[in-house]
Amino acid sequence: MPIALAPFLIPLSALLLSSVLFGAFVWMAGATPSDVYQSIYRGAFGTWYSWQNTLTRAAPLMLTALCTALPARLGLVVIGGEGAVVIGGLVAALAGIALLDAHPMVALVGMALASIIAGGALIGLVGWLRQARNVNETISSLLFNYICIAILNFLVVGPLRDPETLNKPSTHHIGETHMLGYLGDSSIHMGFAFGLIACLILWILYKHTTFGFAVDMVGGNARAARLSGLPVRKIMLLVTFMGGAAAGLAGMIEVAAVHGRANASLNAGYGYEGILIAFAARHHPLAIVPMAILFGGIRAASDLLQRNHDLPDATSLVLQGIIFVLVLASEAIYARMAAKSGYKS
Amino acid sequence: MNADDIQWLNVFIAVLGGATRVGTPFLFVSLGECLTEKSGRINLGLEGNLIMGAMAGYGISWLTGSPWLGVFAAGATGLVLGFIHALLCQQPRVNDIAVGIALMILGTGLAFFLGKPLIQPSAPKLAAVHLASWSDNPALRSALEINILFVVGALLAPAMAWFFKNTRWGLAIRTVGESDDAARAMGLDINGVRMLATMAGGFLAGVGGAFLSLYYPGGWSEGLSSGQGLMAVALVIFARWDPIRCLYASLLFGGAGALGPALQSVGVTSGYYLFNAAPYALTLVLMIATSSTKVRSRMPGTLAAR
Repeated sequence: MPIALAPFLIPLSALLLSSVLFGAFVWMAGATPSDVYQSIYRGAFGTWYSWQNTLTRAAPLMLTALCTALPARLGLVVIGGEGAVVIGGLVAALAGIALLDAHPMVALVGMALASIIAGGALIGLVGWLRQARNVNETISSLLFNYICIAILNFLVVGPLRDPETLNKPSTHHIGETHMLGYLGDSSIHMGFAFGLIACLILWILYKHTTFGFAVDMVGGNARAARLSGLPVRKIMLLVTFMGGAAAGLAGMIEVAAVHGRANASLNAGYGYEGILIAFAARHHPLAIVPMAILFGGIRAASDLLQRNHDLPDATSLVLQGIIFVLVLASEAIYARMAAKSGYKS
Repeated sequence: MNADDIQWLNVFIAVLGGATRVGTPFLFVSLGECLTEKSGRINLGLEGNLIMGAMAGYGISWLTGSPWLGVFAAGATGLVLGFIHALLCQQPRVNDIAVGIALMILGTGLAFFLGKPLIQPSAPKLAAVHLASWSDNPALRSALEINILFVVGALLAPAMAWFFKNTRWGLAIRTVGESDDAARAMGLDINGVRMLATMAGGFLAGVGGAFLSLYYPGGWSEGLSSGQGLMAVALVIFARWDPIRCLYASLLFGGAGALGPALQSVGVTSGYYLFNAAPYALTLVLMIATSSTKVRSRMPGTLAAR
């Protein structure tokens, strides 16, 4: 296989094999695979309406994927995106409520900053615990997810509850005029642009700056990086902060563009799906964009699958799981190629 | 005693009873995770095993009428998921944490998909042993209903500790977990040992799932597990890779998990969600307090090295 094509051909063949396996699975469940795929295509990418649906769902996924992908370059496996989304969304709602009388632009910037700082501080703390106390970052970020969700639930049913929200306890509303707008005359909110720009900026940062080079050096060999005078601790803190900031911003988008309040909807699995997307994109900020759109599409098509084929809503979870397993297995092909030809990805 | 005292006594009894009831799934997943990690691999996907086990156990118990066949079916599905985990992880450059998350998503998805027809029917459950039939305090009676699976798990913990310490297989697992080089020098098949340890660990986690659907809380629904499987990794750190400490840790976490509902039943509702987070916060604090030196020395060497 030509080496230049490997980064495209390997994930593509993993996706292809996943669709064959998933086809066999739905066939055994009594559905016609070709019809199911047609429904997924229609629900995800078939019409302008479904595209808008897909891209709206891809917006938070791009940002939560960055939460895992950025620290992964340092060799850290951070899975705290869910907690960062929740805490970012909660803090954004609080900022929005505090800035009710401010100019909409001021309120939105305030909300975004609050969520970036909260999410960044959370994952930054995970990075700090790792380097200062040698606390495993995967486990601590997992525990923080539960703690953040509990804090959110405690606050929205208790001290911060808007008494008018009966069925779904929520904070007060941030104000209709302060909601994040849409792109042009579509129904895709601005959050999609945030995600796209974040991926682009981080790609440039990683690929074309000395900072990105330093990150790769620390990831390659932290000791060597330290000996050559790089501020390894600072780099670790900064990178984990940026990852958490991205996921925190996803929480702000969910509040400011979709719900208008902070409530349990923030805890909708965007963080966990982001981990999957980061690995599927091999932690490459630009590759995250198509992967997030693909998984956003699977989310968007879920309803159509239930309606047209009488398949349970867990069907899209099965598809995601199959894709994730095979994409990870395909990592082994890179390793085999590296052994053969000295190819480095 | 006045009524107030009795109320608080009942909370205490409920927490004690909850320790065995809520703690049993914790016990099985933590023993499974402990076994896997001793061989030098982390399986973060035991949540998938747990949910698949709960679904398969319930389904088989409903189809055959035998809850014990259900328990074995649950273990067998866990075994298969463990096999897939080990098979993927022994490929070069495949990250075991990511594979765990992938299998968690796949296992959860499959269980929800295949479990749809099981939400309605009622399958035969595992029976409990009543240790407090002499008492007429209903709270005490329900707290002392002990399930046999808990007893099995509680006996398994010291047995596993003995196994690690005194058997050739136990030594093989520890060697593979401590150092690849030492294992090679002993002529051990590293991937083979890790495969067996992951499969056996997966089996235990599956059995833990059967406890969820066949005893407590019982029944099959998509909200059955509240992340007990995900906590396995934290529990094992908490227990410092010691099976007997896994038993204590599971009882502690079970009791902490029962505290919220018990307080709610006597009218303390405000901090309910914070009580739910108590075990997680406790683990985090313990990890921070002990991480740097002590735990590292007990951690299997191949895990500590990365």
